[in-house]
Amino acid sequence: MSYEFDFSFLDEYLPDLWHGIWLTLGMTTASILPGFALGTLCAVGRLYGPPWVRRAVVIYVEGIRNTPLIIQVFWLFFGLAVLQVRIGPFPAAVIALVINVGAYTAEIMRAGFMSIPKGQIEAASCLALKPSQALWSVQLPQAVERVYPALVSQFVLMMLATSIMSQISAEELTGVAYMIQSFTFRGFEVYLVIAVIYLVMASLLRLTLLGVAQVSFPRRRRLGTPL
Amino acid sequence: MLGLTIEQIAYLFRGAGWTIVLSLLGFVGGTLLGLPIALARSAHSKLARALSGALVQLVQGIPLPVIMFVVYFGISIGGFDVPALVAAGVAMTLYAGAYLGEIWKGCILAVPRTQWEAGECLALTSTQRFIFVILPQALRIAVPPTVGFLVQIVKNTSYSVVINFFDLTYSAKVINNSTFKPFTVFTIAALIYFAICFPMSLLASRFERRLHRG
Amino acid sequence: MTLQMRAPAPSAVLHESPSMTSPAAPLVRFRDVRKNFGSLAVLKGIDLDVAPGQVVALIGRSGSGKSTALRCVNGLEKVDGGELTVCGRALHSGTVDLRELRQDVGIVFQSYNLFPHLTVEQNVTLAPRKVKRISKAEARDLAVEVLAQVGLADKAQSYPEQLSGGQQQRVAIARSLAMHPKLILFDEVTSALDPELTGEVLKVIERLAKGGMTMMLVTHEMAFARSVAHTVVFMHQGKIWESGKGEMLANPQTVELRQFVGNGL
Repeated sequence: MSYEFDFSFLDEYLPDLWHGIWLTLGMTTASILPGFALGTLCAVGRLYGPPWVRRAVVIYVEGIRNTPLIIQVFWLFFGLAVLQVRIGPFPAAVIALVINVGAYTAEIMRAGFMSIPKGQIEAASCLALKPSQALWSVQLPQAVERVYPALVSQFVLMMLATSIMSQISAEELTGVAYMIQSFTFRGFEVYLVIAVIYLVMASLLRLTLLGVAQVSFPRRRRLGTPL
Repeated sequence: MLGLTIEQIAYLFRGAGWTIVLSLLGFVGGTLLGLPIALARSAHSKLARALSGALVQLVQGIPLPVIMFVVYFGISIGGFDVPALVAAGVAMTLYAGAYLGEIWKGCILAVPRTQWEAGECLALTSTQRFIFVILPQALRIAVPPTVGFLVQIVKNTSYSVVINFFDLTYSAKVINNSTFKPFTVFTIAALIYFAICFPMSLLASRFERRLHRG
Repeated sequence: MTLQMRAPAPSAVLHESPSMTSPAAPLVRFRDVRKNFGSLAVLKGIDLDVAPGQVVALIGRSGSGKSTALRCVNGLEKVDGGELTVCGRALHSGTVDLRELRQDVGIVFQSYNLFPHLTVEQNVTLAPRKVKRISKAEARDLAVEVLAQVGLADKAQSYPEQLSGGQQQRVAIARSLAMHPKLILFDEVTSALDPELTGEVLKVIERLAKGGMTMMLVTHEMAFARSVAHTVVFMHQGKIWESGKGEMLANPQTVELRQFVGNGL
């Protein structure tokens, strides 16, 4: 049995592939900052908030981390539809991603905050800094730098997770692939190409985020040593 | 009850059963694939490390749904009629094998250098050293992250919905399409996943704490 | 410098008789201060005054309560009994705004606690900029001034990890100085340093003392305490056992101090 590989679909469907790539990147970039902000807020709440905030964060984090993303997406999207809330698939996908990545980020950032030696927080308060000032100027920059590799991995994983969003008809690269293969019946070639594209995108995203680190962490840029 | 018929709830649980089957398939297959990968990743040979590293990077850089599609369409090239379970099982094996390989490589390398040297001083060959000194300790270190990764396996079986594998997610989707009660259906599905995953997460944390205490 | 003491507790030995009152009120006044950690009594009634411009050295074994007494002064530890008044604020009342107090009371720690992600200059100017809201230009001038005081003017753009332990400790001192405090506390600031690096730190502290800064030091450096401090206070088991000028160390009146000095701690 011999199989004739046929990649000719690329000629006709290249624009669609680009479209899918842009949508995937858009979904990813729209979710990173809000997800990071949500996760950091939750980490701070869990560490320094009143007991009810701590409990709420734990429930949120454990609930998200022990259920599949796709169930969360279905619950949100179909639930909102039933409630007559008119929200498109793309925004719904972004919201679901933000909520999902927020929970994982919360755990990562919590570890980051806890890894900072307590003496520094004591020193900050002895310098008459308000707790919020110490959090912003002393703790947050160090926490982010310490857990940066884990954060990068998490955001790359999130980009890969966008691949499931076509299940709620949110357009992205994997959904485009499905469309192409349904017209060309060249499923293997199409998904091979898609796999390669994801590999490239994942590497590019990782490089970009590492570049952001170089810009944001002047000490790292100058000295090259970890905190 | 809960707006769903007994049949519908039973349908969900049948899907849950297949989720567990696929998870076990993925774990067993992943172990068989992951062990050689872990050994290659921590080998002396730079070539072995690089090749296995490339394989791991490959699998970790492709979304699991896409891996499932590639496997599904790849197998059907041979002219075989591919049951979704087989395709999903192979995909989960690749996925779990790559991740477990990396995790276990980390555990092997986490055994303190002094242990390797102690084995050398006892005049053991490097294979004996590995089996009797390093491996037992690496296994101990490996328990928490492996149990933790089991949770990932169970959750990620849900991606098999894209090749229409009859797991819990697929059955929930079907029930929702016929009843239009998404909050009920998907909450039940979420609770079932949670009931499977959360105890394992707790176990992993407990193992982790015990490891660092002793 | 005069030593202000009330009628001392029975076990405290004074090597100097109380003389005329100084015109300025003491910056720190301990009156029968007690402190417990759970069921353990760490401070069992301390009476101590620190006048403006005075340098007081607290010496004693580990567990004598000297660090605890120091940490009560800026509110890091709460007082459980007695009265502690610092810069006019009654710390024993529990209603003092610590943030406001700490603008007047600086502290330098044994482990420096510099912020590793900031340059030396940023470490020094962070609090003045955030708390006193000075401008960037003023902050830069301030940094130049205090870094010169500790002899590190050329290290403003370095990061803490690029400096030796002695240099880092001097930066920590500069960081406290930048807030222009009325009083600085030093908690065993040379104990974590290699011996050859303690000298540079002690020199800075000596210079500050000569410049009239009010200071309380917990230290193991006997020779330093003797030469720089106006008053040396020997603490033992949560009480002040002996206090007076540095010479008292050569002439211990109590068995405990004799043993302590004899051991060369």
